[in-house]
Amino acid sequence: MSENFEADGVAIAVFCALFLLVTVLGFVAARWKRGDLKRLDEWGLGGRRFGTVITWFLLGGDLFTAYTFIAIPALVWAVGAGGFFALPYTILVFPLAFLVMPRLWAVASKHRYVTAADYVKGRFSSRGLATAIAFTGLLATMPYIALQLVGIEVVLGGLGIEGEWPLIIAFAILAAYTYTSGLRAPAMIALVKDTLIYATVIVAIIYIPSKLGGWDAIFGAANEELPKRDEPGALLPGTPDAHVAYATLALGSAMALFLYPHALTAVLSSRSQDVVRRNMSLLPAWTFLLGLMALLGYMTIAAGLTVTDPNNAVPALFVDMFPSWFLGVAFAAIAIGALVPAAVMSIAAANLFTRNVWKEFVRPDCSDHEESQVAKIMSLLVKVGALAFVLFLPTTFAIDLQLLGGVWMLQTLPAVVIALYTRWFHRWGLLVGWVVGMVAGTWIAASQDYAPVWEVPVLGVTAYTALVALALNLVVATVITLVLGGRGRADERDETRDEDYDELVETREPAPTVGAGVT
Amino acid sequence: MRRWYLLLALPFVGLLYPPLYASEDPELFGFPFFYWYQFAWVPLTAALTYLVYRKTRPREPRRAGTTRFQRS
Repeated sequence: MSENFEADGVAIAVFCALFLLVTVLGFVAARWKRGDLKRLDEWGLGGRRFGTVITWFLLGGDLFTAYTFIAIPALVWAVGAGGFFALPYTILVFPLAFLVMPRLWAVASKHRYVTAADYVKGRFSSRGLATAIAFTGLLATMPYIALQLVGIEVVLGGLGIEGEWPLIIAFAILAAYTYTSGLRAPAMIALVKDTLIYATVIVAIIYIPSKLGGWDAIFGAANEELPKRDEPGALLPGTPDAHVAYATLALGSAMALFLYPHALTAVLSSRSQDVVRRNMSLLPAWTFLLGLMALLGYMTIAAGLTVTDPNNAVPALFVDMFPSWFLGVAFAAIAIGALVPAAVMSIAAANLFTRNVWKEFVRPDCSDHEESQVAKIMSLLVKVGALAFVLFLPTTFAIDLQLLGGVWMLQTLPAVVIALYTRWFHRWGLLVGWVVGMVAGTWIAASQDYAPVWEVPVLGVTAYTALVALALNLVVATVITLVLGGRGRADERDETRDEDYDELVETREPAPTVGAGVT
Repeated sequence: MRRWYLLLALPFVGLLYPPLYASEDPELFGFPFFYWYQFAWVPLTAALTYLVYRKTRPREPRRAGTTRFQRS
């Protein structure tokens, strides 16, 4: 933390009051849409019975994380247009998910899959491939949880609260209600979080430009200041290289987002395919919000504020602009915004560990109750790990790993998404392709000092590393499939049937997974 | 019915070729073209997705339980 903000009593009081409110909600949530929390379906997926509204709040609160709301404006503040790729990214993600997610929901609901790795195991009957998918999910989720803590840390710093204990308290509370209530807790808290975030951003984009002389002045100031940076930024992406980087970052990130365990968990918790599909036309409301939030980076420039740590661009702006009480609301919005994704991510990681590590390798015949108990304990351990991450390692480490997370998650696309449409690929092809994609992606990113884009030799374009790695992954998978020619054999070992993926008609009856005795 | 899905390709065409919109003019409400053009795709994509959702929805009665009840 490079900036020192003064402690503001009123803001801290408002902040604490709102934090207390969501804490109570988190524990009350255990009784909401009551189910047997000793089952993994219930604890970890809320009984798969969330309707359109709850799913909208949960997915919105889960995908648009607090870290996003800090980091995207920070990036726009630092580099200008290049950071705005977040907008096309979060526009394109929803049509993609509209096509893919209903199929995954259907097959998961039919076979009681809780994780993507569950699906891959059923589809390919390959332990190795399923473990690879689970490993990728766990690896990418851990630093992402840590970044949510960074989001809370930044906000606490903005309130003038120093030291590590407030962060530890906040996380202990989060861990406690996630343990007792499971996915119901973030689903309920998301209602509060989302309301606060909307209020904050709407006030910010009306009130702040009026104080800064309008949008003209804001973009004008950014246009003047950005080229003067040590690494010059720009209001518009000028070079062909910048264009390719912009487009590939948007597309690659959009393709990766719904592969993340926390995104899948929220999708699978919805009541029906119809809920999933309808939501994909409603979730862009969040995209709009993120775009407006990104522009806060330019407002910080126009307000003439200088920050040494880009992450403080938004807090510095809020401290400068807002009266104390609203500052408390705005910061609570971001901090509570960190709790929802952190809870869903830790639940998703716990589901993965329980289903695809514990049940797979340690206790294959464990009961439903044991399964859910292991997941609950795991959700605690995951959070302790994330906390240690933030307290003992440099923040840049978590940021670099988060960037790698996108590269890693995209390597699961062939086994998870392409497999929804075709049986063509051989499971060994997919597994070796995954290894190649993971290694190549990690190596490229590391050799680039964790810059997200890479100048591809031969082609001579600068593209998002994750897409380059995915291309390698697919080439390898294709070649091996052709060599092994294993289409027929793959069919026999597949426990899913074509009709399992089809569009189902919504009824008012509970999801087939909830009742006892249904396989 | 499946042809409706092609509409979902439009936002990809509109957004994945930045030279199309990486310019300052025409401005709108003080926003350079680059910014308001991309913002405009947000409601547009939402509307397209909703249209495809409506047009590709299965036709059977949604409340199977209620229908059965009325018949008996």
